Amino acid sequence: MQKVIESAGIGKKFGVTQALKDISFSVNESEIFGFIGPDGAGKTTLFRIITTLLLPDEGEMKVLGMDCIAGFKELRKNIGYMPGKFSLYQDLSVEENLNFYATVFGTTVKENYDLIADIYSHIEPFKKRLAGKLSGGMKQKLALSCALIHKPKLLVLDEPTTGVDAVSRSEFWAMLAKLRQHNITILVSTPYMDEAMRCDRVALIQNGNILSIDTPQKIREGFSRKLFMVKANEKYKLITALRNYPETVTAYPFGDSVHVTFAGNQINDSLFAYLREAGLKNVTAEETVAGIEDRFLELMQKSDV
Amino acid sequence: MENQVITVRNLVKKFGSFIANDNLNFEVFKGEIFGFLGANGAGKTTTIRILSGLSAPTSGEVNVSGFDAYRQAEQIKRNIGYMCQKFSLYEDLTVKENITLFGGIYGMSRALIRTRTNELLERLHFHEYENRIIADLPLGLRQKLAFSVAVLHEPKIVFLDEPTGGVDPITRRQFWEMIYETAARGITVFVTTHYSDEAEYCERISIMSEGKIVALDTPENLKEKYAADSIEEVFIKIARPVNN
Repeated sequence: MQKVIESAGIGKKFGVTQALKDISFSVNESEIFGFIGPDGAGKTTLFRIITTLLLPDEGEMKVLGMDCIAGFKELRKNIGYMPGKFSLYQDLSVEENLNFYATVFGTTVKENYDLIADIYSHIEPFKKRLAGKLSGGMKQKLALSCALIHKPKLLVLDEPTTGVDAVSRSEFWAMLAKLRQHNITILVSTPYMDEAMRCDRVALIQNGNILSIDTPQKIREGFSRKLFMVKANEKYKLITALRNYPETVTAYPFGDSVHVTFAGNQINDSLFAYLREAGLKNVTAEETVAGIEDRFLELMQKSDV
Repeated sequence: MENQVITVRNLVKKFGSFIANDNLNFEVFKGEIFGFLGANGAGKTTTIRILSGLSAPTSGEVNVSGFDAYRQAEQIKRNIGYMCQKFSLYEDLTVKENITLFGGIYGMSRALIRTRTNELLERLHFHEYENRIIADLPLGLRQKLAFSVAVLHEPKIVFLDEPTGGVDPITRRQFWEMIYETAARGITVFVTTHYSDEAEYCERISIMSEGKIVALDTPENLKEKYAADSIEEVFIKIARPVNN
């Protein structure tokens, strides 16, 4: 299988800050590959190196078989990049922006319309509106259309769903899944752990280090202990009580429950008595399956970075 | 009721012919963690601006920590705390300078600022950072400090607008523990978030859609009412009826 991205030992420093350390990974053709990690993890720096906008200090980055430094001119024709910050021309209309990007890449909107039809049709009724006057969701669709209009082989999306509500996020991922039919490889970053499940493979990244690379399913299975879900009537009291319970190894709130690991990898009968004594009611505890975020928390603690 | 920190009755806010807030009714109580959810463009920011004295309602009754939103907007501003993801602290000032600056803005005396600064640095284990500029602090520490500064003057209520966006999962949880502690001290926390799991940490949540509040209850009751396993499911069911 042809590799669309091959990164070997990439490092980058800004002053004293080591933004990326020894980053090695590869992305296969037509894959949706996700970088999952918080702000400051190095996602944007890495994406700027891949899109030939920034030079690495160390290592080698090959995209579509070409070196990112020597082949930057050719590569730029084949990469579609949607930066995290909305970067279209706010004082041009929807239509003008799209035409502009098509022209810059030496093509026309007509030529590649089939590729964007699904996405662009949502905003086409507003094509005379200035980009700056669009709602967040519409801006996102326009930016994606502009990044696709030259039919790139690789689409790079830097945090396309940050600050977007759950409904719009879900719609956006559905659009990406459809793009796959056009044989476009998609590299995407997100701080939302739950979005990892929408990718074929993901890399968990924190403080410039890759913590793990695998399919979302395999990453979840990597969780090393048995995980239990504990619920009670008062959440904050429950967290505090579980932290003080001698058997507890880790206790983190997850939605309406607390995810806990115990030294003995099982629930001891003493747990219920202990929590009752702490004043908690309606206590339930059962084994649960670890999610991406559980594994991320575990890896963060292990690496202690 | 004396327990109400926010009372909103028939609140309407129009921009020209556009109705951003369409007859809102709700109250928020002392020491409560109140989640304010809604899709992008639902009208949340408009409401928060009115509740924090930055914008006047078109009609309706709004009272925040005992002050009227029409006549006493300045008193409201002085008696609330506010923090958002984008702007919270001055990046080119040090930790200590930021605390002093905000203390001054809130009209606190120098002596009180000094005492509270020490308490704050102590509580956050921040003494080693006190003379560092904000730009040099990791995002997680910055957000924790911003929250502490927002309640430096011990307001009755603090507004947190997406306080944990982009923050790593451990820091996000530590941040929520700070929210619980603050609420336990009797300060009301009014919070917006796009993380659905965080909505479950709130005591009550409201969900806005197209300028209206379409649901307001405890997370448990909402899940039961909409036969959903999580607030995310509830949100997807009701937060946006029709869209482009």
